[in-house]
Formats: sequence, C-alpha cells, structure tokens
Amino acid sequence: MSNELRINKNNFIDQTVRISFKFNGKKLFGFKGDTLASALLANDIHLVGRSFKYHRPRGIMTCGSEEPNAIVQIGSDPASTEPNVRATEIELYEGLEAFSQNCWPSVNFDVGGINNLLSPILPAGFYYKTFMWPASFWEKYEFFIRYSAGLGKSPTKADDDLYDHQYAHCDVLVIGGGISGVISAKLAVEKGLDTILIDDKNFLGGSTIYQDEESSKINNANSNQWLAREIESLKNYKNLVIKSRTSLAAFHGYNYLLAREALTDHLSVHERKNKIRQRLWKIRAQKVIIASGSIERPLIFNNNDRPGIILSSSIKKYIDYFGVKTGKNISLFTNNDSAYETAISLSKSGVNVNVIIDIRENSDSNIVKEAQKLGIKILWGHTIVETNGYKRIKSFEAMKLSSNGGNVVGNKIKFNSDCIGISGGWTPMVHLYTQSGGKLQFKSNDNIFIPDETKTPSEQISVGSCNGDFELDDVVNNTIYNVKKFISLDKSSYDKINVTCSKESSKKNIWLLPSDKPLYKTKPFLDFQNDSTAKDVKLALREGFKSIEHVKRYTTTGMGTDQGKLSNMHALGIIADTTGTNMGELGTTTFRPPYTPLTFGTIVGRNVGKFFDHTRKTAIHNWHVDNKAEFENVGQWKRPWYFPKNGETMHEAVQRESKAARESAGILDASTLGKIDIQGSDASEFLNRVYTNAWSKLAIGKCRYGLMLNEDGMVYDDGVTTRLAENHYIMTTTTGGAANVLSKLEDYLQTEWPELDVYLTTVTDQYSTISICGPNSKNIIKKIIPDLNLSDENFPHMSFKNSKIDGVNCRIMRISFTGEHSYEINIQSNYANDVWKACMDAGKEFNITPYGTETMHLLRAEKGFIITGQDTDGTLTPSDLQMDWIISKKKYDFIGKRSLYRSDTIREDRKQLVGLLTDDPKEVLEEGAQLVEDINKKPVEMLGHVTSSYYSPNLNKSIALAIVKSGKKMKGKKLIVPMEEKNINVTITDTVFYDKENKRLNA
Amino acid sequence: MFIINCPYCGKRDQVEFSCGGEAHIERPKQPTELSDDQWAEYLFMRKNIKGVQFERWNHTHGCRKWFNMVRDTSNDKIHATYKMGEKPPIK
Ligand SMILES: [Zn+2]
Repeated sequence: MSNELRINKNNFIDQTVRISFKFNGKKLFGFKGDTLASALLANDIHLVGRSFKYHRPRGIMTCGSEEPNAIVQIGSDPASTEPNVRATEIELYEGLEAFSQNCWPSVNFDVGGINNLLSPILPAGFYYKTFMWPASFWEKYEFFIRYSAGLGKSPTKADDDLYDHQYAHCDVLVIGGGISGVISAKLAVEKGLDTILIDDKNFLGGSTIYQDEESSKINNANSNQWLAREIESLKNYKNLVIKSRTSLAAFHGYNYLLAREALTDHLSVHERKNKIRQRLWKIRAQKVIIASGSIERPLIFNNNDRPGIILSSSIKKYIDYFGVKTGKNISLFTNNDSAYETAISLSKSGVNVNVIIDIRENSDSNIVKEAQKLGIKILWGHTIVETNGYKRIKSFEAMKLSSNGGNVVGNKIKFNSDCIGISGGWTPMVHLYTQSGGKLQFKSNDNIFIPDETKTPSEQISVGSCNGDFELDDVVNNTIYNVKKFISLDKSSYDKINVTCSKESSKKNIWLLPSDKPLYKTKPFLDFQNDSTAKDVKLALREGFKSIEHVKRYTTTGMGTDQGKLSNMHALGIIADTTGTNMGELGTTTFRPPYTPLTFGTIVGRNVGKFFDHTRKTAIHNWHVDNKAEFENVGQWKRPWYFPKNGETMHEAVQRESKAARESAGILDASTLGKIDIQGSDASEFLNRVYTNAWSKLAIGKCRYGLMLNEDGMVYDDGVTTRLAENHYIMTTTTGGAANVLSKLEDYLQTEWPELDVYLTTVTDQYSTISICGPNSKNIIKKIIPDLNLSDENFPHMSFKNSKIDGVNCRIMRISFTGEHSYEINIQSNYANDVWKACMDAGKEFNITPYGTETMHLLRAEKGFIITGQDTDGTLTPSDLQMDWIISKKKYDFIGKRSLYRSDTIREDRKQLVGLLTDDPKEVLEEGAQLVEDINKKPVEMLGHVTSSYYSPNLNKSIALAIVKSGKKMKGKKLIVPMEEKNINVTITDTVFYDKENKRLNA
Repeated sequence: MFIINCPYCGKRDQVEFSCGGEAHIERPKQPTELSDDQWAEYLFMRKNIKGVQFERWNHTHGCRKWFNMVRDTSNDKIHATYKMGEKPPIK
C-alpha cells in the first residue's frame, strides 16, 4: 500500500499487518497498532462528525480520552452497536465498522448545518429560553431536538457480551504508565511491595516513550531509550502486576478504586467469541500513586474548530508514534515551548512546518533555538484572527497582538496550511485526585490547579505532570524524591540519576485571544463537543450568572461526554478575566466519576438476567408450575397468584377459587410467611414489649394474633404467634416484612434490652406452611392424620397440636386468615411437597381447590382483615384501623405505646379504615382511587383513598376497604369516587362484609 | 466505601454493614411519665453533624451485631468502633 501520509520509521505500528475497516460505509486500510483516529488521518480523513448545536464540520482534534469531536458509533448489530466511542481511543481491528454521529443524512451534507447560519439566534441558554415556553409545547419541540441532536443510537437488543467483576488488593496502586508511573512502580517493587500498575493504553511509556530528542536525556541516553529499558526491567519483578488497556473510572474513599479493563475490544469480532469483553476491577490499595499526566490545552480564537486544527502534542504523537502525517503543510500556534517539540518532530520526518505563531514576545530556550536552527519560521507576538476552509482548514490570518494582549494591531498576514497544531499549555489531570476528596490549589504562574498536599487524603500522592511538573528533570527528580518518602524507601537504583532537558524561559497566557472583528461576529469555541463559545460564557455572566456551576449548566460548557476536559480551564479563565476575580478563588466545577464513560455492561457485570436478584421459591414451587399457576413477585419470593383452568381469565379463576374455598375446601401455600423461633426464659416478657397485646397469660399450645408498632405508634407488621412451650414461641410475620422484623427485634434485644434472656432464629426456609380452609378442611385433615382428635374441645380455634404425618413431625395450627374453619400444617420443608400432594389426594373428593395470593386477599377482605403494607402505609395507628381491641390497657409499656396518645395520634379527624360498598354492586373500584364528598366545591377536598377492592363471589357484590378522614364516624355516609369517565357513588360501611358473627370458624 | 472494623469480626468492607443512625440515644425507661415534647425529643430529634458524629452500625451481612462508631462526616474518617454498652473511647 503506498500512502503518502505514512512514514516508515517507528517501533509502535506493525506495518506488516494490514487491517481493513469501514468508516461511513467506505472500506479503508490501516495497520496493527493504529487507533481508528490514526488510521483515518492516514487516509486523509479529518472530517468525522458534526457539532452538537450548529452542526459545524468537526475533525479529529486529539489523540486521547479528551477527544471532543471524533465520537463515533461502532458496529450496526442491534445488540452490540455502541455509541459515543472516541475514535482516538479505539484500537483498530479487522472488520471494524464505524459511523459518524450527529449528522443527517451524511457527514458531508448535513441538514442541521443550517443551524450554523441561524447561530445568532442560538445563544447560551437558547434551549431554556425558547423550548421551555410555553411548557405544553415541550413535547412538540422535543422530537425535533432529539432527532437533530443525535447523540448516537442505543442498542435495541440485549447485550450478548460477557462482563466481569473482580476484586484486587495491593500495597501500592500506580495509576498511569508514563515515565512517572513507571518510576513509581519500580520504586515500589524495589521496596518489596505488592504493586499494581495500570494504564489505559496497550503500551506503557506515556508520551516519553516516543520522545526521541537529543535535548532530553536521562543518564546520557535519549529519554525514550532509557524509559524503554526501565519498562523492560519491570518484567523481572514478581510482586508487580501490570494491567494495560485498563482505565481508572473512580477513586472513592478509603482507597477503593474502580478500573475498567478492556479485554477483547481490540480483537476482531470472530476472536472475541466466548471471551469476557470487559472486567471491572474493584481495587483496595494500601497506598495510591496517581501518575495520570496532563492534557494539552487548545487556544481560544475565532473559528478555532475547523477540521485540521489539532492539539500540537497530538500531531507529535501521530507522527512519532503512529507514523502518520496530519497534513502536508502544517503550521503551529502556541503560547509555550511544547509546540516546538512538535515542529522538530515534523521537520525531522520531512513534513513542511510552515510557520509557528507564538503569542509570546520571544523565548531563548534550547528547544526554540533547535527549531530555529532547522530553519523553522517563527512569528513572535502574533495571534490567529481568522481561519478559512469549511470541511478542512485551508488558510488562516494572523495579526500582531497589542502590548497588553487585549487587541490586535497592524496588517493581516495570510498563511496557507492544511493543518494547524495548537498549544495553550497543559492541564494536570486532577480528576481522580479530587474524586478521592483531595482539595486543589491554584498555581498562577502556570495557570493550573494542582493537588494541595496539605489537603490530600492520607495514603496517596500525585506525581509527574498531574502534580504540575512539566519538564523532564522536574518530573523524574520530584517523582523519585516524593515516592521514596511516601513508601519510606531509603535507597533506590535511581539515586544517582542525571536528567537534562530544555527549560522553558518565558510564559504568556491569554484565555480568549482577540480578533480584528468584534467578539459578537466571531466564533471562538470553548467546548467543541457542546458547541459553546466564549461569547456564551460572557453572555451568561451579563445575564447575572456568577457561580461556575451555574455558568456551566446555562451554557452547557463541559457537559458533554468528555466532561469538558479541554474546555473547563478556559471557561474559568474567561469568567475570572471578565469578572475581575482570581481563578483560585473561583474554584473548579466538581469532577465526578467515571473519568471516561463506562458501558452499562461493565457496571452490572454478571448481575443480569436471572442473576439480577435472588429468586426465592417454596418447596412446593414445582407443583405450582406443573399446575399452571400464574406467579406474583412478593419481595424476592415467587408466589402463586392464581391457578387458571381451561383458559380462564384471572377474574374467572379468582371467583372460582374464592367460592370453592368457602363452599368446600381451598388450599394455599403459605410457606413464604416469615417464621421466627423465639426461645429463652424472658420470651414472654419480650413478646409483651414488642406486641401491643398481652402475652404472659397465653397458655402453652395456644395461638394469638399480634400487632407490632413502630416507636411512633404506627402499625409495622402483624401475624400469629404460637406458644410451643413455657419458654418457646414461634412468631409469623408478613412475607415482605420478615427480614426487617427480625432485624428490628434483634436491634431491641442487643441495644435496649440486653438484660433479656431471649434468642431469635429465623426458620422461614426451614419450615413450609400448607393452609387448608373451608367447611371440609376438617375432613381432609382427618384423612391425613387419622389419630388426631379434631374436636373443638380438644383442638379449638387458635390452638396448635404437635403431630406426625407418615412419621414426620409437624405442627398443626388451627388458625384462619379467611374466616373459614382452617388448619395450617407446618412441616420441615423437604417433606412439604409430599404432604401437599397428600392433601390434594385426600381433598379430591371434596373438590379441594388450590388458590393463590389474589384469592387469599379477596377472602380476607370479605372478613375485613388488613394486609399491612396494602391497607396500611406506615401512617396508621391501631385505632385508625379500628383495632383498639388489640391494645392492652394493662401493660405499662410496649414499642410505640407512648405515641398512641400524642396530641397528633389522638386526633379524631385522622384517616381511618372503613368499608365501602358501591351503589351499583357490579361496579368494582380501582385501588388507589380518591374519595371525595363534594365534587363541586373547588378545590375538591380529598378525604382518603381505596386500599383494597374486589368483586366478592360469595356476596355477589363489589366490596372495598379504604382509609377516610374521620371515617369511624361516617358509617352510612355517601361519598364519591371521581374517575376519568364518571363519578362512582359509594357508601361507607363496617369493615367486615361476611360472617360478622364468625360462625364459620367453627363450622 | 469504608473499611469498617467490626468489634467482633475485624476489618470488613462497608457493603457488609448498615447504618442505624445516631448513637447513645437511650429509649426512655418510663415513657408514660414523659410529656409529648419529651417523648418527641426522643422519637424524632437527631443531630446532623458536620464533623465528629457517634453512630450505630450493624454488621448485617456478618455477625449481625450492633456496635457504635465515631465517624467524621466531613471526611468519612472512622476514629473508633466499640461495642454496645461501652463508653466511647473518644469525646
Ligand atoms: Zn461482625
């Protein structure tokens, strides 16, 4: 392949391995080691996308994670396509397919480009000002905004890839494999510490590894050669783990860090099969060394966003690392020395360096002299005032800066160039440091925020350029000194290191460079991804925004997927200049994790599908499945909801089940109810304190219903507790409340009443519960346990018997949640399925009917029994539920007692539980529906709402429970349930609808 | 994510624990003797300190024991953990 933009001299790209890929449908070629961006540039493709708001053509601007423009969609498979991928970070692989985002119909002809012409009417806050008013129009605007905004396409099918989570523990974690990271890791392993070194690239060495210059030397070798040998030497240490292609996502307190390792993203699609795509490392490190480096700043000048305008250091990386020329006639625009390194690299590679525009008056550092020796033209004290070229930079105009830098003077000088390298200095990457809680200080000579070592959380340091050291000698010497101190290392192999490099001698910074045109006629872009300009920031300030956080949101500066890595410092600088404040006092916006975007797959790891949450199944679950139950989720439990027969609807099934349970026999799997075994000499006293009613006198072998309150007097849970022996009870709780009730009881035992001799054990899973109810329940139990005396005298309602079924111990409780004569069989769970089947066989002649939670709810509602969590919501006292009978008057104290006569809880106009009957007995109310008295008085007063509502087949009418203000006093009163289409008339009744005399319990 | 030193089990990850709010608030022994205001003080009023705070924690997914913790809410530094009923080792 002949390619005039490739040079054939480097160690990093394997030019023997050709890789084919597609960009916007066009087949192209690159080499092994390329990123998508370097391969595109080698194919002379700069234009890769359109900007967010004005749809201006945008090109590749950087070579790393700070890239604002080259954001692409990878792949077209509906399950694996990925939006918002930075072309500068993705490694080229065979068959890679990438598409431009944010352009329609194509990147070369984009309809939204019209926004660029409309830009005078699209200022800061435009979306807020225009589309938010009138509010009702938002729905109409939204479609068009979202369509043209185009932030990539989400996958439409489930992600097939595998993701993993793994924990790692180490003495030292080094973040960043550039020169300071490599030195830090070497020192740590020399000390004998277990060390992990992570770097987001596939190759260690940062920017020094291609820094092949005579002017920067370490121990008399060029710095790149020295570093290559150091990296090689790291392989000898068994106590070092190097993780490349691993980027740090978050740095939390207590040195808990999250890192994403990309395992297959660089492989061709067929090589990825059955491999884990990405792994999230959860790292606990005793000590953390941040060596995250710095990124180059752009310069802010008129029309600084054209394709072909690239960060100067990125041009250097493309030429020195990837062997790619970003243009044939390149100019540089700078305020510091680093652009000169780029100029020298380009010149040595045979690329014409047209001119260096330097805003400084002069510089006599070695590197500048070296550039001058190569014959590179430098224009001191000048700035670029205009650039030309729509889809690719063609030319630019420069003018001399006035002495104070606020204006331009003299004549315009025009230069032709197909690429401009810009360098506005360097920004230390302090994101991770601040995420961990560290505070920053402002260093005004370099206009940078760096870690304030007096306000740094313990057990971490920042080294290298992320700590504000930009010159090689400072980086190396300070890293060695600081790391040795940090890990208490006395001697190291670096103690006699000798570093020489060019030293920068002059500095100048202008956040917003002037043009010969007035500001309002220029487009000096700040945030390239979100299309906000310096004008927008100034407008926001004029409109009264002062806080950096507010300006950021109003102008959307720094709110793209790059989180403003390139733009934040300039925004701050312009705010400081405009308002006359010091940048250090302004502070920065908050840096939040993740440092670079993470896929959802990586975040959730293996916790998908059936692993998303635990599923609890009863011992009888398979029988329910075999018998076509529909299931309901109750907490983590799968409970049979109803058992439809012959294509019945839910309503039909529930009506049938409910009738059968009252007419003959119904059977329910009640195993999910919480069961707590309570033992100890103070067990009775303990129950006295946790339930509202009295327990001391409950005879052995008897059961009692109890209501448990919170300390605020509100109903918390309920259930039946049975006294098995003198100091032994078994408590049942609601299904959903089981874990919380146990925790609450443990809390009281451990912290308030440690003097009580009581032991709590959860036995919910150990015992299964089969409930048989209905007039024939007795006959069925008689068949299964023939020798048990079921007479009311021997075995009355609310009592229990130890018994055996086929030789297996079980507890039979005669308790009822349906109002029917009923029994609960409690048996060790591994026998439950067999016992259930035995019950079904025995009940066959009585048409025993399995029922689910819906019928259970209906039957108990006919009896007016509450379900905590459905009829209660944590705001109702026992009295509100018309259950005053359950409050012991004699007990001195129990949980919540004192709250029952607070001024608020004794109010008579509290919401109270009532029954409701609809005037039309066929009309079934919606649960949650509001209750009102006077529909015409505005505003309509809401008196309460419906909590439970069913059609009762046993009463042949609709019944409901509700909570209503002053409901206790309202029996017989007519209320209205206003619905969308009609108003439903209802009458307040007693809460018990069926068998008010409880005759059926003993039927 | 803290590393918490359970007084019974030793150092464990925060995911094993749950926080139970302010520590050293004793349930009144004779609630019926209290006025509404006094009872409300116990029931509702909790400090929300920026700085050193005494908290109840439970080793929920471990030994299930409750214990107390001295934590600086401004920087999440845990100064001490100690068993229920013990006096705080720090004032
Ligand atoms: Zn523990």
